[in-house]
Amino acid sequence: YSGVRPYSTADSERPFRCAVIGSGPAGFYAAYRMLQKMPNARVDMYEALPSPYGLVRFGVAPDHPEFVEVASHPSFTFIGNTTIGSAPSSLPLSSIAPHYNALLFSYGASQDRKLGIAGEDLSGVVSARAFVGWYNGLPEYANLNPALDGSEEAVVIGQGNVALDVARVLLSPLDRLRHTDMTENALETLSKSRVRRVRVVGRRGPLQAPYTIKEVRELMQLPGVAFSTPDRSLFPKESKKLPRPLMRIAQVIEKGSPTVVAEATRQWELLYMRSPVAFEENSSNAGTLGGVRVDEMEFTQDPSSVPLSDLDALRSMRVKKKENGKEEVLNTNLAFRSVGYQSEPLEGFEELGIPFDRKMGIIPNDLYGRVLSPDSGPGALGAGHVPGMYAAGWVKRGPTGVIASTMQDAFTSADIVAKDWADGVTFIGSNDEPKAGWSEVKKEAEKRGIRSITWDDWLKIDKEEKRRGQAKGKEREKCHSVQEMLNILDG
Amino acid sequence: HLDPPKPGEERKVTFIDKEGDEHTFVVADGDNLLDIANDLEMEGACGGSCACSTCHVIVSDPDMFDKMEEPDDDENDMLDLAFGLTETSRLGCQVKMSKELDGLVVKLPTMTRNLQASDFAKR
Ligand SMILES: Cc1cc2nc3c(=O)[nH]c(=O)nc-3n(C[C@H](O)[C@H](O)[C@H](O)COP(=O)(O)OP(=O)(O)OC[C@H]3O[C@@H](n4cnc5c(N)ncnc54)[C@H](O)[C@@H]3O)c2cc1C
Ligand code: FES
Repeated sequence: YSGVRPYSTADSERPFRCAVIGSGPAGFYAAYRMLQKMPNARVDMYEALPSPYGLVRFGVAPDHPEFVEVASHPSFTFIGNTTIGSAPSSLPLSSIAPHYNALLFSYGASQDRKLGIAGEDLSGVVSARAFVGWYNGLPEYANLNPALDGSEEAVVIGQGNVALDVARVLLSPLDRLRHTDMTENALETLSKSRVRRVRVVGRRGPLQAPYTIKEVRELMQLPGVAFSTPDRSLFPKESKKLPRPLMRIAQVIEKGSPTVVAEATRQWELLYMRSPVAFEENSSNAGTLGGVRVDEMEFTQDPSSVPLSDLDALRSMRVKKKENGKEEVLNTNLAFRSVGYQSEPLEGFEELGIPFDRKMGIIPNDLYGRVLSPDSGPGALGAGHVPGMYAAGWVKRGPTGVIASTMQDAFTSADIVAKDWADGVTFIGSNDEPKAGWSEVKKEAEKRGIRSITWDDWLKIDKEEKRRGQAKGKEREKCHSVQEMLNILDG
Repeated sequence: HLDPPKPGEERKVTFIDKEGDEHTFVVADGDNLLDIANDLEMEGACGGSCACSTCHVIVSDPDMFDKMEEPDDDENDMLDLAFGLTETSRLGCQVKMSKELDGLVVKLPTMTRNLQASDFAKR
């Protein structure tokens, strides 16, 4: 009589419990959507730091009231200061999985991509991720203190939005930064900066660069900062024929800045078609950076053969080292490496049969967000879904895209979770067996001495940070360390 | 919620939904299309703060489109991300009704966003 059940409850009424791992926009938007689409869903969100919002707190800044709304939903629980991992002070994945129907991984990209070229360890070569984390108050980088007083030149390698954020902070008049939530320590260091010119270097051309229009426009509008127009031959003559997003961004770049170089206090440039090959040592100061050697690049295909209307084809054009091209050294004592973030597998993935693609830096998935394993498919089919495992955000797609695209992506993942649940697909364990979620996991967390933080705890920290900021005329003064946040709670 | 229009200042706006059905509303000046379409299938995920592009609408009549105030930079940036963008696309949350727009007809895009290869990092 094992298969006999008194009656079958409608799928949509079965209670569903999901653990979301990571509280950045991907986690919050996925939670929002699951709670909206699955009336019987309960979502527990695990976050390594006491503070929520991931990169939104440490890079983007504006408030997201919709996340606060999610957090106040009765079926939502925030579990802060709780790292998922295998260290003794972390919560192992294997201890939480049995208490949920599904795990949704949205833990972002916490590592820095390296260039892998000579001289990367010279003093003066700074990781953009560390720099951005430092001025935004990410506890990990509180003591970075880059030497901004030692160079009039700065070179940023990479042309994504993070690269432009670095350029903007280096170029911005200090007054502008004082009212943001940048840390006092960073403001102090920036006030001593001697940087006057920032060159932002990319391997490919203007139509392939990954930055978005908003970031470029912001730089153009900085008071007293001039933009030196890049090599016009890289832009198509008929830029009006480009697909709309490319056309608009090309126009912003061609129009340039209202401030001209002769009248500027600081200036910046976009250098295209150059690939860094080595960081060179400063001949008069051993161990420090003297310059960045770059190779000139060319497209692997004739650019005029690519139709101007084909967005995907334009964006995916590749480059190679130009034969007999120029070799240049960009003289500088300060360079920022900004070639991307990278995700890592969580400790404990192997045990649960969750694969990780190190080359792509993502959890392999079917593009909808179902985690795929190369050998879990039925019969000879090969790849199949790892039951109950889903991903969203940067760890699913790779570390590209703004919040709006992360949102669309998280919605896709949440929709597929809801659909799979309604379709009676296999999740973790049996779908009919009730799962206790945090109330059970909590016992394990306590055993391990983890001090988990509730949403109300976070609100207290939030309030105190805002109070401290107000005194200085800024939105908030962020805590420098996890300990400082916990101290607020201890009063 | 939306207040009813003052007598003599009723503006008509029609939405054509994904199934092709028409829904006409009589509304007041200043109401935006996202609030008006409350009961229709328009996502409006960011609550009208011009940060998501899920309130994308397509203005049926190009002449009417030309009469509208130009979208600002923020709206244009978001439209760049909208799926199935057309020459007469707007974000519903940024379009406010006015006398000039009386009789406006907008379509909700039939294509919902699906996965695109370009969503994924190419390495
Ligand atoms: C410097 C910078 C500036 C940006 N500026 C903008 C901007 O202005 N506008 C815009 O729209 N987008 C911007 N973006 C992009 C935007 O931040 C990302 O699209 C978005 O944050 C990705 O969301 P996510 O949830 O995937 O990852 P994240 O935001 O990185 O969130 C991941 C979360 O998971 C947590 N976590 C990690 N490991 C664990 C673990 N083991 N256990 C528990 N929790 C864990 C992390 O602490 C973090 O809170 C910026 C990005 C960067 C890097
Ligand atoms: S509702 Fe988000 S952009 Fe209009």
